[in-house]
Amino acid sequence: MRRTVGALLRKDVRLELRSFESVPAMLLFSVSVLVLFHFGLDRSALEGDLASGVLWVTLLLASVLGMNRLFVAERDQGGFDGFLLAPVDRTALLVAKALLLFGFLVAVELIAVPAFALLLLEPGAGQALPELLAVLVLADAGIAVVGTLVGALGVQTRARDLIVPLMALPLLLPVLIAAAEATAPLLLVDGADPLPGRWLAVLALYDAVFGLLAYAVFDFLLEE
Amino acid sequence: MAPAAAAEPAAVALEGVGRAYGERVVLRDVSLELAPGETLAVFGANGAGKTTLLRILAGLLRPHAGRAVVLGAALPREGWKVRGRIGLLAHEPLLYRDLTVHENLAFHARLHGVPLERAVALVEQVGLGARAGDPVRTLSRGMTQRAAICRAVLHEPDLLLLDEPLANLDPGGAGAVAPLIGREAGPARVLISHDAEQGLAEADRVLGLRGGRAAIAAAAADVTLADVRGLYA
Repeated sequence: MRRTVGALLRKDVRLELRSFESVPAMLLFSVSVLVLFHFGLDRSALEGDLASGVLWVTLLLASVLGMNRLFVAERDQGGFDGFLLAPVDRTALLVAKALLLFGFLVAVELIAVPAFALLLLEPGAGQALPELLAVLVLADAGIAVVGTLVGALGVQTRARDLIVPLMALPLLLPVLIAAAEATAPLLLVDGADPLPGRWLAVLALYDAVFGLLAYAVFDFLLEE
Repeated sequence: MAPAAAAEPAAVALEGVGRAYGERVVLRDVSLELAPGETLAVFGANGAGKTTLLRILAGLLRPHAGRAVVLGAALPREGWKVRGRIGLLAHEPLLYRDLTVHENLAFHARLHGVPLERAVALVEQVGLGARAGDPVRTLSRGMTQRAAICRAVLHEPDLLLLDEPLANLDPGGAGAVAPLIGREAGPARVLISHDAEQGLAEADRVLGLRGGRAAIAAAAADVTLADVRGLYA
């Protein structure tokens, strides 16, 4: 399983480095949306709930672009058939694609979060940005698992660009709520409140439940 | 007297296999048997059901009717038993266009647990050594076909499913791949071809499809060129 996941990941990272189809698109989209919020909200700077909501809506919408393209090479270039003919555990594809999407999200956030702080955050409201890492990791894990499931479903349809967001966004609503709630106290001007453990637990539970669900159903998604 | 060894299962055994896409039936009531090491030539006009048959044999499509047993495994229920024992050369090369030939073959070698040296040797054997480091999208069709053949035989399958394997190959290319996919390669073969003469020459058994039905299902010795050409009339 580890060998197969490694082979799939190595192949996918190479494909992304050659084509630059996913991460740059997600990144440009994120920064564009942050710029739009910057001008559209007619506020000089944000903090707390509003800042948190803006950040997570932006990241969630950007993640949909990654989900949309996650399985395109497999479908268009016969990757599914090549993989299905190999004597390997099919769950390896789920794990590899979820890790890949997780990696895409981390790469985007490395630039989008500082850009968010620069464009929208009230000076002094970003003291707890390092603590934000825990929220980002847990939320990204949930987005990656659900995104992989939805991406695998969507790529089989002609209306992939429509189906993926229509399925993913409602499924990811709990992630959006929990991540925004967990992040809001970290973005207060008067000094960050402690990281709310309750919302981190919600994110961890979501990740566990959808991780198990994905493990259970992914095989069936690969059937014709 | 020593007990007789257990008989080797047929490479392919189909009984009344059928398949539809929605309301459109593309394959109906196809039965055949192919022994290990034998070659089945499949003929038929476009849309006759040849590719659908090949995908059923590869375990990539589920038959909607009948029973399909490949290398002793009933498909699709026991498909996991024969994954890795089937080599498929389809219309599409099943290669990633942005990866090099070597990267593609190394990827499939890892999936199949095959040493990378075998991939390197195959690439040299088909005359692609000088282009092994080039992305597949930069190769000509013939070169891509050679790379696809390397992928299909990389894991030394027991059953080769070949959809017009010599398409796009020049005589030199065809000669280079012959030891890999020709009769001398060893495994049972299902060979889709529009070249009736060559297909008949290579076959032990013949399946001629017309409108998804088996219009011909016989030993190659009992089939004439006229019979095959009649499928396209």
